[in-house]
Amino acid sequence: MDLQIALLLGQDGVTNGAIYALLALALVLVFAVTRVIFIPQGEFVAFGALTLASLQAGRLPGTVWLLLAMGTAIALIEGSAAMRARRFRRLPLILLINCGAPLLLAASLLAVSPAELPLLVQVLLTLMLVVPLGPMLYRLAYQPVAEASVLALLIVSVAVHVTLTGVGLLFFGAEGSRTPAFTDVSFEVGDVVLQGQTILVIVASILLIVALYLFFERTLYGKALRATAMNRTGARLMGISGNLAGLLSFTLAGAIGAFSGVLISPITTIYYDSGFLIGLKGFVGAIIGGLASYPVAAGGAVLVGLLEAYSSFWASAFKEVIVFTLIIPVLLWRSLKTRHVEEA
Amino acid sequence: MRIKLLSAGLLAFLGAVVAAGVRAEINVGVTLSATGPAASLGIPEKNTVALLPTTIAGQKVNYIVLDDASDTTTAVKNTRKLLAENRVDLVIGSTTTPNSLAMIDVVAEGETPMISMAASARIIDPMDSKRAWVFKTPQNDAQMATAIVQHMLDNKVRTVAYIGFADAYGEGWWNEFSKIAEARKIQIVGNERFNRADTSVTGQVLKILAAKPDAVLVGGAGTPAALPQKSLKEKGYKGLMYQTHGVANADFLRVCGKDCEGTFLPAGPVLVAAQLPDGNPIKKVALEYVAKYEAMHGKGTVSTFGAHAWDASRLLANAAPEALKKAQPGTPEFRKALRDALEKTTNLTGAHGVFNMSPQDHLGFDQRARVMVRIENGAWKLAE
Repeated sequence: MDLQIALLLGQDGVTNGAIYALLALALVLVFAVTRVIFIPQGEFVAFGALTLASLQAGRLPGTVWLLLAMGTAIALIEGSAAMRARRFRRLPLILLINCGAPLLLAASLLAVSPAELPLLVQVLLTLMLVVPLGPMLYRLAYQPVAEASVLALLIVSVAVHVTLTGVGLLFFGAEGSRTPAFTDVSFEVGDVVLQGQTILVIVASILLIVALYLFFERTLYGKALRATAMNRTGARLMGISGNLAGLLSFTLAGAIGAFSGVLISPITTIYYDSGFLIGLKGFVGAIIGGLASYPVAAGGAVLVGLLEAYSSFWASAFKEVIVFTLIIPVLLWRSLKTRHVEEA
Repeated sequence: MRIKLLSAGLLAFLGAVVAAGVRAEINVGVTLSATGPAASLGIPEKNTVALLPTTIAGQKVNYIVLDDASDTTTAVKNTRKLLAENRVDLVIGSTTTPNSLAMIDVVAEGETPMISMAASARIIDPMDSKRAWVFKTPQNDAQMATAIVQHMLDNKVRTVAYIGFADAYGEGWWNEFSKIAEARKIQIVGNERFNRADTSVTGQVLKILAAKPDAVLVGGAGTPAALPQKSLKEKGYKGLMYQTHGVANADFLRVCGKDCEGTFLPAGPVLVAAQLPDGNPIKKVALEYVAKYEAMHGKGTVSTFGAHAWDASRLLANAAPEALKKAQPGTPEFRKALRDALEKTTNLTGAHGVFNMSPQDHLGFDQRARVMVRIENGAWKLAE
């Protein structure tokens, strides 16, 4: 291995690591606020990438139907609850948000031909289609059991993951898609060619991380989320709704997932079930951060990316083995270092 | 217990009815991988089953289709269900080699013939008392690997690198290909693995580039096989590229795009049916299948995988009249007669080749079952 190969592998590792880092942050966020281990995080990556690919191919992405179906389900649940409470004035708003908005989106997609839109609009449309699935999932699957144990929530996550993978196969088919590169620019630094796409991924990831930092440090909602993460009961006593915190964290997780999907889709072929493995690698990063520390989780995820790149050079057949074995010493070290607190 | 007695009584009654001369229907059980990792192969097979003839030799044929989700345990469970509950006369499936291998014991125990749609030669080789019940329609890997090695020799390739799936498909191809290539004095300078779900193969590709091979063979199936090729092109590889017949569907062309121009692969003749010379007997059968499939699913949707199911049905249609002379469908005698008739298949033209079976060879393909294909302008082109 000479320096050039080492640099190329490093570039590859950091690019993938940046995406794993985003997912690791989302996993830590969701776990801290709602105690949910969000296995379907990866599905948002796949849905984001495949929705963008469908739009570019001029097809109506299947996520539209998912959005409509989930919106209708929520409207039914919320609507019947409002009827029972005799608060009829809330009905129009419930219908407007859960059915009206997805319908409007579907209608506008049918009206224009999405393949001819500029790339930026396509990306925005993708985000509008995929991100709402996050809070909708929370409302349908997690909110009714929000007070359950971590294990029960994990089981719900597995169920949601399996369902979404099946739905993905139905919507997008068994074959994968790859979107054209956002940019063909490349720079030569010494012997090494830096792809514009790579730089874009890294810069976008860093910007998103900075934005998340500002959100948590400077805004009221961000502070509310942090308060909930620290002490759920205390936060509720201070007037922070647990449901709102859950919805908000799932919206962020959905946004991070869909955005990662958009970033990764020009680099590699994405399949309906690719998300799981990508999410799992983000999870390894999140575990390194103990599902609590954002900077350590991000750093761990970049480490996973680098380890993956170099092990694919030295021992390609054992790449996944090496990456996932990393979790064992980390868990050992963590369990020796921290005192285990039994959950109530 | 009572239900068992009742159903036993019912079956006895049905048996009596059959014996009295009312002809039973032929039941064909199909288990295939319409979901899971092998879905891109299983879906066209499932679509093809819907096109299969519903009467054979004047006898009504029922198809019971089950999905095994590319999972070995489910394939075995499906097979048991088909045998015990549906009392099928023939099992078609499954899509993948591991599934088909696991099903052998079940069909042998149930004394029911099975036609596999998976590639590996191990499904029917070495022939033993269990595999006596097992037949297959896809070409053996070895046959395809020989075609690639021959093409490499013709194009003066001296060094070659291999990159394949880190699973049974990639290993199987590596074993066949490395054996044949070494025997024919082609030097293998690289052997790498990647996963179907990998997002990057930069490491493997850099290692291959460092070895400077004249040609690279990618041992993958479906669109994931495009990733190493795209990475090689991106990093400036100029040598010959080979793929396996596992990539022969339109989605591969779509995903790989212009990076796959000039790639060679061996494939069943059905892939380039329209370009076959008119004298080729396979052309007519293959074109008939393509026309039927595309009429249902749209132009350009046909893939070689569905044609394996089509060929399985042709084997049945050819063997069933012989078996019907000896016994009634639904009986062990019929299944035995069907097995014997399948084994005697001679000169039967399918969409993938000409079947000439024997007790030792339950596939029976010759050189006509494969052609070399080149990707030109985003389409499959029959290579000279």
